[in-house]
Amino acid sequence: MDGKELLSRLIEIPGVSGYEDQISDMVRDTFRPYCQEVHQDAFYNVYGKKAGTKQGLGPKVMLAAHLDEIGLMVKDIDEKGFISFTNIGGVDQRILLSQEVYIHGKEKLFGVIGAKPPHLQGKEEAKKAVPVKEMVIDAGLDPKRLKELVSIGDLITFKSPLIDLNEPYVCGKSIDDRAGVVMMYETMKELDKLVFAGEVYFVATAQEEVGTRGAIISTYSVEPDIGIAIDVTHGDTPDASKEETHNMDTGPVIAVGPNMHPKLTDRLMNVAKDNGIDYLIEVEPGLTGTDARSIQVSRQGVPTVLIEFPLRYMHTTVEVLNMDTIKKAARLTALFIASMGEGWEECLTY
Amino acid sequence: MSDLLKRLVSAKGASGNEDEVRQLIIEEITPLTHQVTVDRMGNVIGYKRGSVPGKKVMLCAHMDEVGFIITRIEENGMLKFGTIGSIDARILPSKRIRIGNEGIPGVFGIKAIHLQEPAERETAVKAKQLYIDIGAKTREEAERKVKPGDYAVFDSEMVYFGEGKVKSRALDDRAGCAALIEALKADCPFDLYACFTVQEEVGIRGAKVAAYNIKPDMALIIEGTTCSDVPGIEPQNFSTRMGMGPAISIADLSSYSNKKMVAYLIERAEKASIPYQIKESLTGGNDAGEIQRSRGGVMTSVVSIPCRYIHSPSSVMDLEDFNNTIRLVQEFLKGCEAL
Repeated sequence: MDGKELLSRLIEIPGVSGYEDQISDMVRDTFRPYCQEVHQDAFYNVYGKKAGTKQGLGPKVMLAAHLDEIGLMVKDIDEKGFISFTNIGGVDQRILLSQEVYIHGKEKLFGVIGAKPPHLQGKEEAKKAVPVKEMVIDAGLDPKRLKELVSIGDLITFKSPLIDLNEPYVCGKSIDDRAGVVMMYETMKELDKLVFAGEVYFVATAQEEVGTRGAIISTYSVEPDIGIAIDVTHGDTPDASKEETHNMDTGPVIAVGPNMHPKLTDRLMNVAKDNGIDYLIEVEPGLTGTDARSIQVSRQGVPTVLIEFPLRYMHTTVEVLNMDTIKKAARLTALFIASMGEGWEECLTY
Repeated sequence: MSDLLKRLVSAKGASGNEDEVRQLIIEEITPLTHQVTVDRMGNVIGYKRGSVPGKKVMLCAHMDEVGFIITRIEENGMLKFGTIGSIDARILPSKRIRIGNEGIPGVFGIKAIHLQEPAERETAVKAKQLYIDIGAKTREEAERKVKPGDYAVFDSEMVYFGEGKVKSRALDDRAGCAALIEALKADCPFDLYACFTVQEEVGIRGAKVAAYNIKPDMALIIEGTTCSDVPGIEPQNFSTRMGMGPAISIADLSSYSNKKMVAYLIERAEKASIPYQIKESLTGGNDAGEIQRSRGGVMTSVVSIPCRYIHSPSSVMDLEDFNNTIRLVQEFLKGCEAL
């Protein structure tokens, strides 16, 4: 399957943090043709294992991209059948009005997030963002029927399928970090063209958006020698400063800072340079908001690198991605893995 | 009936750029009328000759919708825009639109929540600060797809959901257009003018010239109106209520309805057991405002289909209300000429 097609399918599957069963099953099935062994754990983390084709010792590498997504949860149903809700993960309340959603109750129900008509709002009120606690979802059902189908605590996801913008840009929801899952899939294909030593675990992690919890567990289980976290970063956005964002068209972004292993990161950059793959550098002075933060300190410690893709309007329903970046990042990652044969440990020596 | 509605809401028609919806309406009403004309402003008028000449009755629904117009292409390939009609800018972030006649996809971006100051998240977004992203890297790239002056509408298809509900953009007033077209299928003895107006959303401009040309004796306007029976609104501020039938206006900001027509609408509704409601607020305006004051004055009244979240990509309407509106208009056409 082509990467864009896979991304389009992945973002249609619900997987709000903590409720990743469906997306986890789909990712498991997607990994199968390209891995020797695929399994899931109790947390819905998916592990795909690919053994090296080259003789000699190589590292055990773990890649991690999260499969969970931000979303909403039913908080209450009022006497007229309107659903109030709260957010799971960081959601800007200002994107919510008029959004189309699916409520995952006993059945999957369509609904819209409505609001008070503007002419019935005071002047001061109209200057403020509508707070999420004042918003409701209209599912078009009477309260009795609705309460049969929907319970407090049911998950709500956004309806926003992948669309093409001007080539090679695509737009949709939950590209953070389903694009990372696609990138791992593309890396598997790239690795099939190369020879590499050691073994590679492709882990689609759960609960990243609520504290990288899937990464904590999966890194402990895999016990890797080297970690590669894969996530999104901010793409250039007109209303954000240049220092906080990255050009959308250069290529993957390699993060530097205390959360990343300096020597291993140097090696990653050298592989990029040697193969003519353009990249950008993101400076992360503290902990990154990615799985890298948890992979790095698992058990006795895991030297970790972080590869990112610039994404515009992160955590909205119209996240914008340059699809070419995924291909470039997958090629870089595969070449990086293949670069580590016997004696790979040397590159980690301080 | 809802197939017709679906076709109508699928056609783009921001005020001033109604071509697509106009062509569709012409196709739909040609078999139902004796003559179809398009006037100088782009209003479509279907004429149905009566067996007993005399009174001229005008039915009216506006075909335009709220939307956007591209004002400028920035160096970085982003588009600036103006709003056509009344749209609360707070609904715009993270929504999709279709630009130009080809429907080039674009989105209203907003910087990620991670890059916002806490106070920003509490502040209403203004249209001025927003921009449209079509995925163009440069002005030149954007210019290959769009140009200043291109119109745009929300990207939102009709969805059937809940119990007999539909969600779409442009229900105001394609629902009225669809109801009018359906009502046209009924026979009536007098000369009937089915009028589909342009530019209602930018100041009731099409109806003004249409009424002048038609010179009707009476006009019934079929409108999609605010339905405010939603949380946070006190019942005394409800304008209409969903599922309670077509709303008959006594008055709104643009016109006072003719009392005889209102009484007749109520009489016909009760006789035919059609649920109806009286529009409870004086807010809003519609084509009646201009038609009523055309030439020496025209008797007007308004029947509205309640639409929640009007002027948004996700307006919601009850199909029963829609069907009952068609029935009420057809009932009204039986004998209204005697008023």
